[in-house]
Amino acid sequence: MSPGKWWNILHLLNIPEEGSSPERYRVLRRNIIFLMLLVTILPLFFMALVNYHEYQTRLKEEIVNPLRILVNKTKHSFELFLAERLSAVSFIASAYSFDQLAEEKALNRIFTVMKQEFGGFVDLGLIDVTGLQVSYVGPYNLSGKNYADQPWFHEVQVRGSYISDVFMGYRRFPHLVIAVQHWTDSGRTWILRATIDTEKFNNLIASMGLDAKSDGFLLNKSGVLQTPSRTIGGVLEPLPLPLPPVSYEANVIEGNDGDGRHIILAYTYFAHAPYVLMVIKQAGEVLKSWYTLKTEIFFIFSASVLAILLVVFKLTDLLVRQMRESEERREAAFREMEHTHKLSSIGRLAAGVAHEINNPMAIINEKAGLMKDLIEYGGGFPEKDKFLSLADAILQSVNRCRSITHRLLGFARRMEVQIEVLDLNEVIRETLTFLEKESQYRNVEFHLQLAEDLPQIASDRGQLQQVFLNLLNNALAAVRDGGTISITTREKDADTETVCIEDDGCGMSKETLKHVFEPFYTTKKGEGTGLGLPITYGIVKKLGGDITVQSMEGKGTTITIYLPKRSEATTGREY
Amino acid sequence: MEQWKVLLVDDEAEFVSALSERLMLRGLDARTASSGEEAFRLVENDPPQVVVLDVMMPGLGGIEVLQHLKRHHPGIQIVLLTGMTGTLQSDEARRLGAFECLTKPLNIDELIKVINAAIAARDEPQP
Repeated sequence: MSPGKWWNILHLLNIPEEGSSPERYRVLRRNIIFLMLLVTILPLFFMALVNYHEYQTRLKEEIVNPLRILVNKTKHSFELFLAERLSAVSFIASAYSFDQLAEEKALNRIFTVMKQEFGGFVDLGLIDVTGLQVSYVGPYNLSGKNYADQPWFHEVQVRGSYISDVFMGYRRFPHLVIAVQHWTDSGRTWILRATIDTEKFNNLIASMGLDAKSDGFLLNKSGVLQTPSRTIGGVLEPLPLPLPPVSYEANVIEGNDGDGRHIILAYTYFAHAPYVLMVIKQAGEVLKSWYTLKTEIFFIFSASVLAILLVVFKLTDLLVRQMRESEERREAAFREMEHTHKLSSIGRLAAGVAHEINNPMAIINEKAGLMKDLIEYGGGFPEKDKFLSLADAILQSVNRCRSITHRLLGFARRMEVQIEVLDLNEVIRETLTFLEKESQYRNVEFHLQLAEDLPQIASDRGQLQQVFLNLLNNALAAVRDGGTISITTREKDADTETVCIEDDGCGMSKETLKHVFEPFYTTKKGEGTGLGLPITYGIVKKLGGDITVQSMEGKGTTITIYLPKRSEATTGREY
Repeated sequence: MEQWKVLLVDDEAEFVSALSERLMLRGLDARTASSGEEAFRLVENDPPQVVVLDVMMPGLGGIEVLQHLKRHHPGIQIVLLTGMTGTLQSDEARRLGAFECLTKPLNIDELIKVINAAIAARDEPQP
């Protein structure tokens, strides 16, 4: 792999910072999975591959070596058998003179001894240099036959000895011929020729002790069977396969037989005879243990890959999900911090502005008050009533400003939390007394669903009252005359209690809902300060609780406050 | 009936002048000082029954003036004026010895009420 490609893979470790969030996590997940699979499956694959080859080599050696030894041993037996027969004939050719051998009686005696000492001889004949059979002992009448034009006659004259292929004799028994040429010191030559039956060959093949599914036989160099074969057929049937390459040492090769079956073929060529010894085994039988092992290796590899895939996918999913959740939590915390920070800066700004405005307001107040006093106390002032109403109007405006600045300061002022053990239901009932007048006047029904046996909680009574008052005031402002406001308390879980304030008033638009806790965002033009809900939000947060708003335009608003049973209030925080 | 003396202390001259006139219209002997130092001088010469004191002043702040006056003239009742609402300020002011804490802009009737209450409380033993 080129360095560039490696670099590309390392690139996968980079997590895209930009882009939309789901895309980012998808890429992250893909990269992690890819890398994890790369570092787990690749080594596993290589290990399996190495194991596969290692086992294959070892097992084949274990199977092949005994076969090779067997073939070599059997070849030696064959060669020994042939060499013995050749030596015997050669000895007779040397031990007796031509004249002795030419006499059929003497030849017959020699042949009888030879048959006794060495099994398998069928006949024996003497041939002179012209190819004429001078004498013959055996079952056929071959005396006087001339071999001068036969190829073997020329071969024996060239090489000194000759071993023929197996052939069917007149009696339909497989035979072979061996011939030896003898030279006397005086330069006279003759040839002694013997026929041997191949019964002994079959014995040698049988002595290999091959199992029932294996086949051992002898071939000549043209691929014709010299001994019967279990699978191919009888003697002189041709081998249905091409002959393997020449090797005088036992060799083992794999291939397919005529029917396409996988076979193992062990063979060796004879050095001094025109034969090939061959053993054929069915690979399926021989390599059974190897095939079993191969299947096992494959199974273990597949199971491991499957397990890895499962673990990698599950683990990555878990990892990425946790990462995503923690990031989302972080973002939420950050947003909340930002919001708190915004509230606190606005609070400080508001406090400053309120202070600065209060002084000129106080002057206007006193000057207008003095004007009013002078008119009232002075007497006889022309257009007294008009001036009085003017001064009153100024004073009223000052009062309006005063209430605004005081509310601003209320928003900004330090909120000292005083924790006590209290009953939420009781605080709500207390708060409702402030609103009794207005609700009666407007015929608004407070529908109370307060949980009985609500456990007491540790919180700040005054702050909670302000929260409920703010929310109930908002609800009152939202409902029509004759509307309903329900207040429900309940124990949410072991740590939390909830107060739910639900009205069937005008509700809020989605846009308003988005800004509902932002300071100075108001829909009550000219009347609201836009601080009611932010203050409420600030207090609830300070008390360790939470607040949620659900609203549908025209249907009503539901505000739920979650309050912890135990106080985790952050006291003395500047707001 | 004795005419009660009230000293108004605030750096905003326009504020104290108008307020003093209004108090005088209501039968009080109201004088003004525009700083803590001036207030001390006036108190030394002719101690009033009540001092109405703004908390936020350049130089000597209202709280320092309050502490100084309480140390040297424990008999004088002090009403603090702040820009703040809320219990914290009034509690703190009371702890420091002020009679009451009012927020600006003032309601004249409320101020008169507090001044009268302060004068009435003056004769009672201090808690």
